[in-house]
Amino acid sequence: MRIIVPIKQVPETSNVKMDPVTGTMIREGVENVVNPLDLYAIETAIRLKEKYGGKIIVISMGPEKAVEAIKEAIAMGCDDGILLSDKKFAGSDTFATSYVLAKAIKQTGDFDLVICGERATDGDTGQVGPGIASFLDLPLSTFTSQILSVENGKITVKRLVEEGYEEIEMMLPAVLTVVKEISDPRLPTLRGKLKAKKMEIPIWDAQKIGAEGQKIGLKGSPTRVVKIFTPKVTREGEKVIVKDEKTLHQAIDKIIDYLIEKELI
Amino acid sequence: MKEVWTLAEFRHGKLNPISFELLNRGKNLAQKLNTSLASVVIGYNIKKEDIDELIKRGADKVYVVDDIRLENFMVETYAKVILKLLDEYNPDIFIAAATTIGRTLMPYIAVKKQTGLTADCTVLDIEEETENLLQTRPAIGGNILATIKTPNTKPQMATVRPHSTKPSPPDKTKKGEVIYKQFDNEAFNAKTKYIKFVKDESQQINIQDAKIIVAGGRGLGKAENFKLIEELADLLGGAVGASRDVVDRGWKTYPHQIGLSGKTVSPALYIAVGISGAIQHIAGMQTSENIIAINKDPEAQIFKISNLGIVGDLHEILPLLIERIKEYKKKGAN
Ligand SMILES: Cc1cc2nc3c(=O)[nH]c(=O)nc-3n(C[C@H](O)[C@H](O)[C@H](O)COP(=O)(O)OP(=O)(O)OC[C@H]3O[C@@H](n4cnc5c(N)ncnc54)[C@H](O)[C@@H]3O)c2cc1C
Ligand SMILES: Nc1ncnc2c1ncn2[C@@H]1O[C@H](COP(=O)(O)O)[C@@H](O)[C@H]1O
Repeated sequence: MRIIVPIKQVPETSNVKMDPVTGTMIREGVENVVNPLDLYAIETAIRLKEKYGGKIIVISMGPEKAVEAIKEAIAMGCDDGILLSDKKFAGSDTFATSYVLAKAIKQTGDFDLVICGERATDGDTGQVGPGIASFLDLPLSTFTSQILSVENGKITVKRLVEEGYEEIEMMLPAVLTVVKEISDPRLPTLRGKLKAKKMEIPIWDAQKIGAEGQKIGLKGSPTRVVKIFTPKVTREGEKVIVKDEKTLHQAIDKIIDYLIEKELI
Repeated sequence: MKEVWTLAEFRHGKLNPISFELLNRGKNLAQKLNTSLASVVIGYNIKKEDIDELIKRGADKVYVVDDIRLENFMVETYAKVILKLLDEYNPDIFIAAATTIGRTLMPYIAVKKQTGLTADCTVLDIEEETENLLQTRPAIGGNILATIKTPNTKPQMATVRPHSTKPSPPDKTKKGEVIYKQFDNEAFNAKTKYIKFVKDESQQINIQDAKIIVAGGRGLGKAENFKLIEELADLLGGAVGASRDVVDRGWKTYPHQIGLSGKTVSPALYIAVGISGAIQHIAGMQTSENIIAINKDPEAQIFKISNLGIVGDLHEILPLLIERIKEYKKKGAN
């Protein structure tokens, strides 16, 4: 099987800062990691390869630093990596990002599966996976929680939906986005790390993937960020401390009064 | 003709009440644009009452595609059918709920229409000068809000976070137009086959639809203690949530996990019990309307976002709380 895994490098979520003027993220001084939800996509690909053989290519669109994310995936067990980096890609929204990734995926040749994370923890849209499927006109399974079988050019999967699970069968090639339930990501091995360190990761630009200028970057993005602001913290946060029987009953009264007042009971 | 369209969700033979929340959103937008509001409903065996209900809840028009091949959600066929409708009627705005259907279908459609899509919006408005749709959504784990517009392409598309608004109340006298559409075989070609739906019995109430969620964390100490959470949730007619720590320990299954790598929820009430309030957990529940936290650590982060915080031992508090709620309900029944 040939599997493509698009991964994104994201800032560590606990300390993200925003530039209030441009409305973009301040990336300097923030530690970057592989989008945590993409680790499940990487693990899924590796397990498929262990079972069926083949090759895994990791691709990432981003600045040159994103090569670190690709190397981490290789250290975990992926075979090859491609960095999609070009000034012209800057400012891409999910439409333009899906377009660039779809173009690059086509450029890599034949493949059986594209496996994405469910969403990136920075943009938090979950739109790129479905977007890639749409650009490539491929069947799509989102919120995939289990791969049931791969045979005769078909894949059967379980999807996590409201109230339960759905099983669908798709013809390959297909696109999956996966949820955490699908696997338990392994850690990079020492051997993997050494291999990744030595590896040259090719960089592809807009021209290499044959991307049309009017579909990429800020210019190619149909959406525009108008304004960025921090949510107002309006919670008063009354606190009741339970020290003894009396305060315990007071605390319970408080909860019940609150539920009644807000018509929640 | 600048209609505002909402996607009415029809699954397992029923209309999802989320459809009425969307109509409430849509009504507000259509009024500001001085235009009509339409709902699209596709599926199989769609009942007349359901269509009427959409009209009573605010739709001036309902586009209906009823076909056995639409019985179950499949992104390829659903997208093809909706794209045909969009191409024929060219609405200005098209919104769907940010459910597993909306979050799959809308990005697939937006790419085909070469237009923009904003995910998981909590506020929608119209910019007066340009009549553009202003779409506001939390981003970066809820640390910021971003307002986004799609100035040059149509339709302007958004998915809307479930329960970020109330459903519009029914207006029994309201009349509307129903437009039935049919499509030929080509629209139903798909490389996907639907096999089956398996209900998750442990999810009595779907978490993302729940008005009330009672969530437990590591503070519960062991799996058996989750019974208290379940009992409280049951009493309040709510669903059970869990922190990642609890899911990793196997005390609760993944569909219950709330947070960054789990579900994002926005219920009317979220009760967090024995949950510290790590940023990754908060990312999934901080837009809840009311938050009550029970934690023995007065410094726990969860209190920073709670409307009411109880500092104390959950083993003392929960049993008594359950007992008192039972008493209260009994009194109400008499
Ligand atoms: C990439 C990434 C993604 C993540 N995604 C998620 C996610 O989706 N969801 C999520 O929840 N977490 C997520 N986490 C984990 C998160 O950082 C925390 O580790 C987790 O939320 C902690 O769970 P907890 O609050 O149950 O446990 P703890 O942090 O251990 O908190 C337990 C709390 O219980 C209290 N307590 C203990 N005993 C009692 C008692 N008897 N009475 C009352 N209170 C008591 C303690 O004071 C403490 O505050 C993620 C982490 C990473 C790195
Ligand atoms: N810049 C990128 N490079 C590679 N893959 C990406 C990029 N952005 C998003 N993805 C993939 O698409 C998924 C969903 O991302 P998003 O739609 O941004 O939430 C991620 O989990 C990745 O698998």
